[in-house]
Amino acid sequence: MSNYFIPPISKPSIGSLGKTGSWRSLYPKLQLDKCTSCGLCWLYCPEGVIEIIDDKPRIDYDFCKGCGICADVCPVKAIEMVREGE
Amino acid sequence: MNEQNNIKMLTGNYAAAYAVKLSRVEVISAYPITPQTSIIEKLSEFVERGELNARFIRVESEHSAMASLIGAASVGARTYTATSAQGLLYMGEVVWWAAGARLPIVMGVVTRALAPPWSIWTDHTDILSFRDSGWIILFASNAQEVLDLTIQAFKIAENEKILLPVAVTWDAFVVSHTLEPVSIPEQRIIDEFLEKKRPQPHALNVDEPFSLGNITFPSDYMELRRSIDRAMKYAKEIIVSVDKEFGEKIGRKYGGLIEEYFINDADILIITLGVIGEEAKEAVDRLRKEDLRVGLIRLRSIRPFPSEILSKYCCDKKLCIVIERSVSFGGGGVILNDVLSTFYRYNVETPTIGYIAGLGGREVSVEDIVGMVSEACGRLKDGKLPNEPLWYGVKIGERYE
Repeated sequence: MSNYFIPPISKPSIGSLGKTGSWRSLYPKLQLDKCTSCGLCWLYCPEGVIEIIDDKPRIDYDFCKGCGICADVCPVKAIEMVREGE
Repeated sequence: MNEQNNIKMLTGNYAAAYAVKLSRVEVISAYPITPQTSIIEKLSEFVERGELNARFIRVESEHSAMASLIGAASVGARTYTATSAQGLLYMGEVVWWAAGARLPIVMGVVTRALAPPWSIWTDHTDILSFRDSGWIILFASNAQEVLDLTIQAFKIAENEKILLPVAVTWDAFVVSHTLEPVSIPEQRIIDEFLEKKRPQPHALNVDEPFSLGNITFPSDYMELRRSIDRAMKYAKEIIVSVDKEFGEKIGRKYGGLIEEYFINDADILIITLGVIGEEAKEAVDRLRKEDLRVGLIRLRSIRPFPSEILSKYCCDKKLCIVIERSVSFGGGGVILNDVLSTFYRYNVETPTIGYIAGLGGREVSVEDIVGMVSEACGRLKDGKLPNEPLWYGVKIGERYE
């Protein structure tokens, strides 16, 4: 790459801007007893921070920004958005 | 020299379409607007008949035309669009995107006055309002040059140290719709001159994914902008060398960043651009018959601006006269300002007078140019150099008070 040509490209990497979970004001609280393991939260999460482990979702709070999409799509209301610190 | 050149009667717009065909463009996307329409009509004909193996993407706006080319160019295709005036402004946001993303898109801009009041005639303020966008901006002055410069534009844009989009521009109607004999080079020769497009180093690739144009923090943004500025400066060399190579292979040379006409022994230099440059040659011939040593510099590149060569040729003259078809309201003349700032930075002390003329397609005839030179010479003699550009031929009277 010369200094004539620096293209505006960026490669994906985990946490290149630090732990974006600190941007969150609401966090998704899981109630695993209600969960039916449908996987919709995993499918819809725009940040890819939900993993399915032993058929149940696990959220990586280091990078979850608290958008609430998982809570919105959950058909059995097993995810509740709760204010940070409460 | 190529003796088998095929000469056709073409308008400037058709000449552009032939150039695009010869350049083997792969993706075309455009929205019609007067006076650009006949370029893309001809191109769609070429595609329909199978004479040009390209995708022609029909869109609902100029913004989408450029956006779809940004997509195509991002994966490495050779791309072309064309527009004018309001269409160019509507395209605006993505015009800047194309340059920032370093995509070698080529666009024809048939210069047309901006509305309101509605106008379809030539005026350079449309393209010059994108002066700072990072696009290389070139001006042709006749149909032949439109063809030659459009082919050269791909070679300039795709240079791996440049990778910037290029706008090739020409005047509405006077060039776009006037038939001229145009020599069409053989495909074989153009294939030698302009190699098949290779994907640029940052072409998107699913096997090695990355994002293009993602958020860049203050710690890196300036470095990316500076690289565009450096590429722009480097383009000065490449515009000249591509013109030279084209001359060797095809037989027509224009001079790169500027075209010179009787400048060496001149006392007075006219600096202009576009089709006024053609009329100005006649004016130079006429004034020389009256023993006035006048020469002409026709600017072919506005970005990058040919500062070095301009200051070199102007430094020992008695008078420079800038004639332009553009205005920066409340700030002078767009071209005059660039010329004067160049002169200041390069220590050129030649008295310089700017004229704003021919806005909205008003004719700038040989007589008009002779008139401007005479008036400017009178002002120099009387020591009455204006601080601001002069508006040439503006009517005064009750209706215009």
